[in-house]
Amino acid sequence: MKIKEVPQDDIKTFKGFGTKAIYAVDENGQYTRIPTNGWEMEEVVLRDVVDDFAKLAEESKSRVTKGQTSPIEYYMNKYFMDLPALAAGMGLAKWRVKRHFSPGVFNKLNDKMLQRYADFFNIELAELYRFSKINS
Amino acid sequence: MNSIRNFDHQHFAHCETGVMSALLKYSGLELSEPMVFGLSGTICFAYLPFLKMGNMPLVSYRMFPGHIVKKFPQRIGVEYFRKTYKDQDLAMAELDDFVEKGRLVGLQTSAYFTTYFPPEMRFQFNAHNIIIIGKEGDEYLVSDPVFDHIERIKTADLKKARFARGLSAPKGLVHYPLKSPDAVDLKKLIRKSIKKTVHMMLYAPLPWIGIKGINHLSRHILKLARKQNPKYTRHFLGNIVRMQEEIGTGGGGFRFMYAAFLQEAHSALDLPVLKEASEKMTEVGDQWRMLALECAKIVKNKEAKVELPQIAQFLRRCGDSEKQIYRMLKTVR
Repeated sequence: MKIKEVPQDDIKTFKGFGTKAIYAVDENGQYTRIPTNGWEMEEVVLRDVVDDFAKLAEESKSRVTKGQTSPIEYYMNKYFMDLPALAAGMGLAKWRVKRHFSPGVFNKLNDKMLQRYADFFNIELAELYRFSKINS
Repeated sequence: MNSIRNFDHQHFAHCETGVMSALLKYSGLELSEPMVFGLSGTICFAYLPFLKMGNMPLVSYRMFPGHIVKKFPQRIGVEYFRKTYKDQDLAMAELDDFVEKGRLVGLQTSAYFTTYFPPEMRFQFNAHNIIIIGKEGDEYLVSDPVFDHIERIKTADLKKARFARGLSAPKGLVHYPLKSPDAVDLKKLIRKSIKKTVHMMLYAPLPWIGIKGINHLSRHILKLARKQNPKYTRHFLGNIVRMQEEIGTGGGGFRFMYAAFLQEAHSALDLPVLKEASEKMTEVGDQWRMLALECAKIVKNKEAKVELPQIAQFLRRCGDSEKQIYRMLKTVR
């Protein structure tokens, strides 16, 4: 890639976060490291994934208010995770996390476990157990 | 304020090579980022269909994360300090100690808890690398090689980031060079590393690694057509592009960085074959970028007819061109 071919598409993800470095050749064929503010194509593929998670999060949010699932599933989707990733990040078995999705089980969780989830999602404890009140 | 003096933050393309290059430079051994990348033999291709991340098979353009910090210093004869912790508070206390003494240390962290990342990029990725250069109140000053300026992170967040769980958990890893030699035998190291890379890319005895891996992926893409699941296909192709072009690759799935290494190797060894290989590698990088463009078009235009055989063919051609380069590099010994 030549320096003038390096895309500078000013993508949304990077706005306000600076640039990233990339290797390209100058007119004399010498490699240099130059900053770029992104390529539209990387934005496209990232958005595809992020939007998918956003959709899932919306769905689970409405299911929480209907009492069909627990806020844990909502926050999992909100922070771009699937079940294996959440379980691994929490250090729990997948079946346990899945069990915590059930509102009945979730309501009986002790504060220690809830706090672990809250720490992991980087939210206040209240945002977990008063989720329906806050979001309705 | 505690901060380490006479350290210039540098903006690198990749976190692990960047941290290594910066730490070595500070300890008196100057090796550029492409040099670290090349000498550590980090270029690779792996398609591991059985290892799923976010329901997608792993596609990687480099050796597994942590490879450089673990192996590279020893290989070039640098005495190196590495330590992991069980006790989180001890880990943070010792970090404060390092900062106070003015020692520059590298840390392994999780991108998920790295608060200064763009929110859309805070995925569960446990092998990010940063350098701590100081502390101000409750905030650490971070020289993150993939960002263009000094970042800050709160103590509580850094603690979480250092002790994230899951795949390749950092376990609070802290590392720094103890003693660097004044100079290394660059010529010998270059020859050795090229030999190793060529061997891995051409002759790895596994179907998922090197050129074989590229062809394996290409065959798998053909199979996607039979599945008739446009969403899965879209995510699958998107996944390839993300692994190749997202932050920390230097573009073209590290191929440009390797080309830069070959160029530096040429000026050290003065072998014409290295110059030619470097130019060819640049072309291959461009080819990979073209592939990324084609895949991204499919992701963008959801209704368009997907020409999977064409993508597979494209990928195979990337593999073929790379194969020629490694064949050329075989003569370097």
